[in-house]
Amino acid sequence: MTPTRKKRALIVAALVAGIGTATAVAVVSMNENMMFFISPSDVLNEELPPDRQFRLGGLVVDDSIKHADEGLQVQFSVSDGGHQVPVVFNGILPDLFREGQGIVAHGYMRNGRFEAHEVLAKHDENYMPPEVQKALDKTGHNSGAGQ
Amino acid sequence: MIWKTLKIWFHKLGSAPSFYRFARVVSPWLWFGFAVTAAYGLYLALYVVPPDYQQGDSARILYIHVPAAWQAMFIYLVMTILAIIALIWRIRLTEILAMSCAPIGAALTLVCLVTGSLWGKPMWGTWWEWDARLTSMLVLLFIYIGIMGLYAAFDDRRKGARIASVLIIAGAVNIPIIHFSVEWWNTLHQGATIKLTGESSMDPSMLPPLIWMVISTKLFFGAALLDRARNELLDQDRSKKWVARQVLETSS
Repeated sequence: MTPTRKKRALIVAALVAGIGTATAVAVVSMNENMMFFISPSDVLNEELPPDRQFRLGGLVVDDSIKHADEGLQVQFSVSDGGHQVPVVFNGILPDLFREGQGIVAHGYMRNGRFEAHEVLAKHDENYMPPEVQKALDKTGHNSGAGQ
Repeated sequence: MIWKTLKIWFHKLGSAPSFYRFARVVSPWLWFGFAVTAAYGLYLALYVVPPDYQQGDSARILYIHVPAAWQAMFIYLVMTILAIIALIWRIRLTEILAMSCAPIGAALTLVCLVTGSLWGKPMWGTWWEWDARLTSMLVLLFIYIGIMGLYAAFDDRRKGARIASVLIIAGAVNIPIIHFSVEWWNTLHQGATIKLTGESSMDPSMLPPLIWMVISTKLFFGAALLDRARNELLDQDRSKKWVARQVLETSS
């Protein structure tokens, strides 16, 4: 390399190092705010101010879904394996909503219940044909549905 | 011997008329390859592959969404390498190639965002959420558009290319952020299904169309890049002698 090119290469390297460091610092310092949702354990361990809106994420607990006799209201519990939080929601649930499914609910805590105004289903990274799922169910293997 | 021939060929390719002729011969083959692999890949994706156990037929959109997303990021990496070469060695052809990458990358990023949104509505229950993966992919689109705009803002094309190259290198930090966003943070977007290391969480019966579509997007990129670079070269050199000769040659 000629000296001019060497100099240019150094400038490019400095640019990469500078931008890389700046981004790394920004990303690390904003880590908490980059979280799309928080888990039930975080909700129970960290005292959140009331009326503070946030997103709660976790798995829908088996046999916890209760539909109201009238209207769209539905109640269910969300768990992260450790703790559970009851959720109430008034609205239309996404197609993928079911027991054991990962969901993200947006709302706030009130009287120990999470009142959601939006419930989103979180899809997992597993892709398989229905027959494979049936075969897995038969042999008693958990497919890992819902995370 | 072979090495020497290759080296001479490579150096020759750097000259405008040689590249022009090379691109003109190669690009139709790449377009042909793209058409065949895309048609076969889409046939497999829509008719042969079984539906997903949870999502049903909606899962089939991944055969466009995932290859488009990968290709959009791959193009950025190619563009970054070209931009570094363009800044250090000042080879005009690499400047042209780097600048020709941006619109193709922007188009594929848009395809990725639109297909993802169409899938998100029935599956997640929303068209758009500001989670880390979706946001960083949107930022990629804006970076691509910014590169195109910066390049176009200068009357001196070579100067514009060098300044846009700096933006390309700076914007490259977004690529690892997109890739790792689903690991570093909680996101609505699911984690990686296909992993370079370790077991992929997709049934083997669903993989072939994905592989064909990935090949087809690579060929599309090659074909579109050669055509764009060829046109850019022709435009920049429109008053040069070799272009006049080329025009006479092809029209007779």
